[in-house]
Amino acid sequence: MSRVRILVGTRKGAFVLSSDASRKEWKVDGPHFAGWEIYHVKGSPVNPDRLYASQSSSWFGQVMHRSDDGGKTWETAGNQFQYEGTPGPHKWYDGSPHPYEFKRVWHLEPALDDPEKVYAGVEDASLFVSKDGGTSWSELPGLRTHKTSTDWAPGAGGLCLHTILIDPSNHDRIYAAISSAGAFRSDDAGQTWRPINRGLRSEYIPDPDAETGHCVHRIALHPSQPNVLYMQKHWDVLRTDNAGESWHEISGNLPTDFGFVIDVHAQDPNTVYVLPITSDQYHVVPDGKLRVYRSKTAGDEWEALTKGLPQKDCYVNVLRDAMSVDGLDPCGVYFGTTGGQVYASPNAGDSWEPIVRDLPAVLSVEAQTLA
Amino acid sequence: MIRVTLPGNLQTLAGTGRMVELEVSGVATQRLLLDALEAKYPALLGTIRDASTKKRRPLLRFYACEEDLSDVSPDDPLPGPVASGTEPYIILGAIAGG
Repeated sequence: MSRVRILVGTRKGAFVLSSDASRKEWKVDGPHFAGWEIYHVKGSPVNPDRLYASQSSSWFGQVMHRSDDGGKTWETAGNQFQYEGTPGPHKWYDGSPHPYEFKRVWHLEPALDDPEKVYAGVEDASLFVSKDGGTSWSELPGLRTHKTSTDWAPGAGGLCLHTILIDPSNHDRIYAAISSAGAFRSDDAGQTWRPINRGLRSEYIPDPDAETGHCVHRIALHPSQPNVLYMQKHWDVLRTDNAGESWHEISGNLPTDFGFVIDVHAQDPNTVYVLPITSDQYHVVPDGKLRVYRSKTAGDEWEALTKGLPQKDCYVNVLRDAMSVDGLDPCGVYFGTTGGQVYASPNAGDSWEPIVRDLPAVLSVEAQTLA
Repeated sequence: MIRVTLPGNLQTLAGTGRMVELEVSGVATQRLLLDALEAKYPALLGTIRDASTKKRRPLLRFYACEEDLSDVSPDDPLPGPVASGTEPYIILGAIAGG
């Protein structure tokens, strides 16, 4: 019988939530790495018991761990991330040149075909890869050294590479997203990159439809339609039907199109989930109501999903890596809040229940479906 | 034996208690002591000093005998009571927040 495991990164440790396929009774295990800020935990699709975890601390720097038993035990992995050569500057908040400095790993993306291979998206924005289970890391410098990179500037959270997607039909095609530089695509396994931001419009940059400079918050795809990508931008929800060559807005009837997370139903590539946030000035859900919005039409037409979610006096945020779906049918949808709740829907969003209510602020949520 | 106290997060990372004991041969310095600490607990590599430059991470402090050794040359001899094991060498995180 299938099982589900939810990997949760929080401000003060990691938690592993597990259930059988009914997804009604949950076991909560943790905190792992108590006191550490856990930006992301993710498992290999080849060997789901191989997990990678990124811990970060302003005091103690970057630490990495891996597990070979689904998070029961952990061993230290390599934490040395060196940029190739002498890194040039990017723009600082005030527009002045600022040297690249490694700060932390935001996102881990295990390869689709090798449990020892894993990509890391880091701040200041670059892409690293390990081919030995996280023991050693090498930069793929083609993205950081792109001709536009000296103009990249950090968002409020830093100049972070936070999204990595691997095309399941062509593993040499990789997508990455950077706040606030935009979306990029490589067709040669990360060696060279080009911006894919045509159709994005951002009023907060001097040229609203510039080639780069857009604050992309998250991108998602469905394995059956790898050329269709969904994007939650700083403002605006968008879709591309041609692997990023052009985007068009699908915000439709959303109450606000600001937000961080976006994800796609496991079985239906046209069903998409977002969680609208009031605004860039007010990072909480609108009107005190926690509402996931679902589109069954690949965008434009959205319905509020509220059953089981607080509909008054709720003022939490849901950060960019904090939504995930499992692979069961009906599809399970999960998200975690800055208030420490992790909500689960075992029926594709029709109804929700909290798995846990009082964790530290949730930074990331990853669902694993286990045989 | 030189006694070293670790902050909580590094205890978690190294799998130790608050105090660890280390052997340093010759004249003990902060550099040699931290080398010994990282050799015995490799998980701590890069968390106290930069792994390449060996520069102290900015939000950490090194105290001993009621003195701040954070900016003392890492190659100066440790205070006698620390080298003899009478007093601990204290690694701690700087106060941040309210």
